[in-house]
Amino acid sequence: MLMNLDSVRLGCRCAVAAVDTDEGLKRRLEDFGLVPGTVLCPEYRSPGGHGTVLGFRGTLLALRTRDLKRIRVRV
Amino acid sequence: MRAGEAPKKVLLAGNPNVGKSTLFNSLTGLHQHTGNWPGKTVGLARGVVRCRDRTIEVTDLPGTYSLCGRSEEERVAAVALDREEADLVVAVCDGSALERSLILALQILQRREHVILCVNLMDEARARGIRVDGKRLEELLGVPVVLTAAGDRESRERLLNAMLHPPELPDPAYFYEDPVAAAEELTRQCVTVREDAAQNWRRTLDRVLLSRRHGIPILLMLLFLIVWLTVWGANYPSPLLEGLFDRIYVVFKGWTAGLPWWLSGILVDGFYGTAARVIAVMLPPMAIFFPLFTILEDVGYLPRMALLLDRPMCRCGGCGKQALTLCMGLGCNAVGVMGCRIIDSPRERLAAILTNAMVPCNGRFPTLILLGSLFFPGAGAALVVAACVVLGILGAMGASGLLSKTALRHRQSTFVMELPPFRRPRLGQILVRSLLDRTLHIALRAIKVAAPAGALLWILANTSWLGSITAFLDPAGRLLGMNGIILTAFLCALPANELVIPVMIMAITGGGSLQSAAGDSGALLVQWGITWQMAVCTMVFTLFHWPCATTLMTVYRETGSKAKTAAAFALPTAVGVILCLILRLVL
Repeated sequence: MLMNLDSVRLGCRCAVAAVDTDEGLKRRLEDFGLVPGTVLCPEYRSPGGHGTVLGFRGTLLALRTRDLKRIRVRV
Repeated sequence: MRAGEAPKKVLLAGNPNVGKSTLFNSLTGLHQHTGNWPGKTVGLARGVVRCRDRTIEVTDLPGTYSLCGRSEEERVAAVALDREEADLVVAVCDGSALERSLILALQILQRREHVILCVNLMDEARARGIRVDGKRLEELLGVPVVLTAAGDRESRERLLNAMLHPPELPDPAYFYEDPVAAAEELTRQCVTVREDAAQNWRRTLDRVLLSRRHGIPILLMLLFLIVWLTVWGANYPSPLLEGLFDRIYVVFKGWTAGLPWWLSGILVDGFYGTAARVIAVMLPPMAIFFPLFTILEDVGYLPRMALLLDRPMCRCGGCGKQALTLCMGLGCNAVGVMGCRIIDSPRERLAAILTNAMVPCNGRFPTLILLGSLFFPGAGAALVVAACVVLGILGAMGASGLLSKTALRHRQSTFVMELPPFRRPRLGQILVRSLLDRTLHIALRAIKVAAPAGALLWILANTSWLGSITAFLDPAGRLLGMNGIILTAFLCALPANELVIPVMIMAITGGGSLQSAAGDSGALLVQWGITWQMAVCTMVFTLFHWPCATTLMTVYRETGSKAKTAAAFALPTAVGVILCLILRLVL
């Protein structure tokens, strides 16, 4: 099932289908190895749901939850 | 460089926070600041390794996630990797997160001919149940692979050995075009992970530290604890240092007895007296604050802190990284301004630089505490000081919010930050590093400004000039709810904020030097007739006025622009003037 990464529940593994963020963020994410096909899992949420910590490729990456809206994932 | 020949110039490259700086230090014996958060190494650090009568020049590049260069630091690294002449590149990876750090290493392999792959932090990886098959990695990639644990002697030997005698290897068994896919495949073949308990406490810790209920309270408590320990702890070494400097003062006075009175006055009372005072008051709090802050840095808490504070900072057009620089500003604004290098967006960075001085640094705490305790005795003073700190932080946030909507309008940048694994702090290293790198560094720079300014101050105090200046500034001072003497004290304290109260006392008593300004300053101020309205205005002006000379010099160095330095001077001053004008009318 396709959905936006910001609405995936914590601890739920999913695979990135498409990254439709602006070019800058897209390339930043590529540097960390977050590309279509990457299997990841939202691990923690900061207070107010403002930030989300993604776990993938053995590391934790913190992003703003609102930026995750443009990342489509397959659950 | 041919195979089997020793290199002359070596580059160290890799992601931030993979122990590159520690490796560099252990290779060269230099003390470069290292820490558990992205963005420590700034600019290029060079050092020399002497080994078996050969010298190798080693250059440590700033940590970077890509060779495209998004932030200032990453640009430095990318340009150096492309242009810097070197016979050998050591691509440093994090053994506990090999897949991610391999992405950059593989990009380096595509660009450079002679590369050694150094898989670092293996001690940490092993503790987390991660095993890396270095031999297999070597076969697949066709480059030497060295497994190291940064800092230990044996690792240094192994790495040096590989650098001096690069082994002849068969051609790579694995070919790739896309580094991301290749990193995934290589990790699958060379890394085995055993999930274990060590992983669990880290998860629990993150769950608590980032939780809705505990996250922010724990953060505030930690910050409060650090500031309180700094203020309370500095009470002990400061008088000791002052006593010591007083004794040296007597010796100097004796030596210069043969000189004309004015020359010995300028040299001993002016030059030495002021510099000694600045050290005695400035050094102890910084020597407490920065090691404590470095502990937070070393265990890996700072990136989490940035994430927690990203929400409030976001509302004023900034990002969580700016919150970190504000916290550093509590220790010293010059350090805070330098810390702004971690902010990616140029406009957000400038806003952060211009507003940093609104957060009260250690040097302003004594003024706040003294004035607070005059009219709010006991625990009231602590509350007043805490309120001042909060007001300063709100001021900085408000001002940068205003800037981001007006002069520095920009599209809000995104926040992407790696959260490193929690590590046990290396206390010995922390103490040495934070003392050497931040505290002494800043103190030395402050003395450079304070000593000449002290000579000038002495001349002012021993002629009728100081009186003329205070009289001249009196109307302006009164307009701001203070008076001429207080305003003059702020002006004379440009070299270091620690000087505000001593200069005030000197001007009140008509003493000829700061040395005679000892004694119970509080009682003296009350006797002089300071009112609580004046005290409030002075406290507000302490928060919002021009940054000290050291901070201004740092702003100039960081921005390279006189106009921006002038803005850094004018912005907090304007805020202070407006607030004081309003306060005078209201109170």
